[in-house]
Amino acid sequence: MTAYIIRRLLQMIPLIFGVTFLTFALINLIPGSPVARIRDNPKIRPEAAIELERQLGLDKPWPERYVRWLGDLAQGDLGVSLYNRLPVADRIWAVIPNTLLLAVLALTLALLVAVPLGVYSAVRHGTLFDRSASVGAVAMYAMPDFWLALLLVILFSLKFREWGFPSLPVGGMVDPRGGGGFVDRVQHLILPVLALAMVQIGSWSAFFRSSMLETLSQEYVRTAKGKGLPSRTILYVHAFKNAFLPLITIVGLALPGLLGGAFFIETIFAWPGMGRLTFEAVGRRDYTMIMATTLMFSVLTMVSNLIADVLYAVLDPRIRLDKGV
Amino acid sequence: MIDVASEERESRSQLAPTTDPPANTAPFRGTPTLSAHAAAESHDGLLDRRSLHKTPGLYIRAWRRFRDNRVAMTALVVLSMIVVFVLSAGLISTHVTGFTPQENHLADKLKPPMTDGYILGSDGNGRDILTRLAYGGRISIMIAVLSALATFFVGGAIGLLSGYAGGKVDTVVMRLVDVLLSIPGLPLLILIASLYSPGPVGLALILAFVSWPGIARIVRGEVLSLRGREYVDAARTLGASSTRIVLRHILPNIMPLMVVYISLIIPGLILAETGLSFLGIGVQVPTPSWGNMLGDAQQFFRTNVSNVIIPGLMIYLTSLTMYLVGSGLRDAFDPRLSE
Repeated sequence: MTAYIIRRLLQMIPLIFGVTFLTFALINLIPGSPVARIRDNPKIRPEAAIELERQLGLDKPWPERYVRWLGDLAQGDLGVSLYNRLPVADRIWAVIPNTLLLAVLALTLALLVAVPLGVYSAVRHGTLFDRSASVGAVAMYAMPDFWLALLLVILFSLKFREWGFPSLPVGGMVDPRGGGGFVDRVQHLILPVLALAMVQIGSWSAFFRSSMLETLSQEYVRTAKGKGLPSRTILYVHAFKNAFLPLITIVGLALPGLLGGAFFIETIFAWPGMGRLTFEAVGRRDYTMIMATTLMFSVLTMVSNLIADVLYAVLDPRIRLDKGV
Repeated sequence: MIDVASEERESRSQLAPTTDPPANTAPFRGTPTLSAHAAAESHDGLLDRRSLHKTPGLYIRAWRRFRDNRVAMTALVVLSMIVVFVLSAGLISTHVTGFTPQENHLADKLKPPMTDGYILGSDGNGRDILTRLAYGGRISIMIAVLSALATFFVGGAIGLLSGYAGGKVDTVVMRLVDVLLSIPGLPLLILIASLYSPGPVGLALILAFVSWPGIARIVRGEVLSLRGREYVDAARTLGASSTRIVLRHILPNIMPLMVVYISLIIPGLILAETGLSFLGIGVQVPTPSWGNMLGDAQQFFRTNVSNVIIPGLMIYLTSLTMYLVGSGLRDAFDPRLSE
């Protein structure tokens, strides 16, 4: 297992080269540097702009800058922001927990709802409940998450306040007027987590339902029935574990989506996370920041895929990772 | 998989096919998929015997199964209505609303629906929502379809080439696919769209750039498994060229898979474009798109709820019906997949 994990981690290195090279090329192949805006500003002397370009190292051809960037990265240095000259790494470490908090809570909530829903639909296969759950799953799957988030805000923040119900905050992480307590933080988490989770619940419960149905139709389940085991035991001891396995892969693959979905959710809820940071950096042409956030998103994607694979192998004794996959 | 009416359909479809008049197959006529398939059959010299036995082809059987799927057919009808609505944007502008999509009346800002001639109300710049909804939908749907087509052709061609050629070509292409798939799609889209601020066509190409690796990988896998089949060996023994084998013997077999895959990613493409436009880096104002209409409405959501609901509902209906049609196609092409 350890050998497998090490091999997978080593395989990430060429991928990281590829991702960073591609991003660097994409950023630098467009005409105009971040300094161009300054140069167009009549209040700034042209010499000063050229000097600034030289200081930031932007006068060098981009492949050369890429090699230097890689060299710095190897030493753990992500560079300084072109926007405010502060170390990029500090900003990123400050916001990553916020994004991960949203993603992990949304993932947990989605699983807690989707799995029982899937099991119950599979057991009550073909009933009205199953049909309504299927309709709901499709309805959630096609939902634009940015629209859903806006609707949640309109209903639970604005309308609830209007109608005199206890309402939830519109955005942010804490109440600017003396907030910051536990209850305040939880209140600010509810809507963004709900918006992120709801879209996943649809596809996961549908997936788990079909996985459960498939498992229930297998021969060992029939054998268990034949032995006279109570259906509850068959369901939770025999079928559940096997049906759960494929879901791990799906959840692992969805994690990048959750992080990506954070773009809209963080923008709408003014949530200081990776998505908003990237979006700001892109708008400011802050190239070092863009490189760093793209790198982080990619590493998180690769690591979550790895975790899913390893978890799968741990739970499924039929899979032996060490003997080549 | 998540189809409501699949069981009823299964039971009915066993009775249906023999009684269906062939005239009903018209909607699939003229599509490139059917003509390619028909061409392949006629070259095999089997056309005469086929018509004697009256065995319906793959696409005709698929269409019959699709037609018996009530959910998918309803979705197709609703989707067609949306398409007709956006295609008649010009007529709506001149005959129904009397506004052009760009025309703004600053005195008539944020009118609620059904007031002062604004059927669905007006936006923050005093522009008519209904008119912009029709024009915006045209852009949104056009971008989704264009990017789906580009994904289909580029991803399909690269997958075919990579799978059939094998060796170094395959290795290089698949490493590139690995790299692209390990950047989460949305950050990559936001990066490219924001840096290059493309027009509508450019936006469609960017969406295709991000989505081709998925289909390329699937097509390649399928080609690898078909390449070793006996009938391909037989064709090669008979002296068929590589081009002929790929286009006539392998492509028709993976076409249904590609059609289904593309129809299932279209909703995602609609959501991606409207999402980018919502963030202000997709279709640029004043050109309307459902996404940027929603983005504009966001700043007035405290007072004008209808402006948030209307464009969002159109995006939702379109992506939902496209998804239902797509999963209907999947079930129609491969009935084993639907439970």
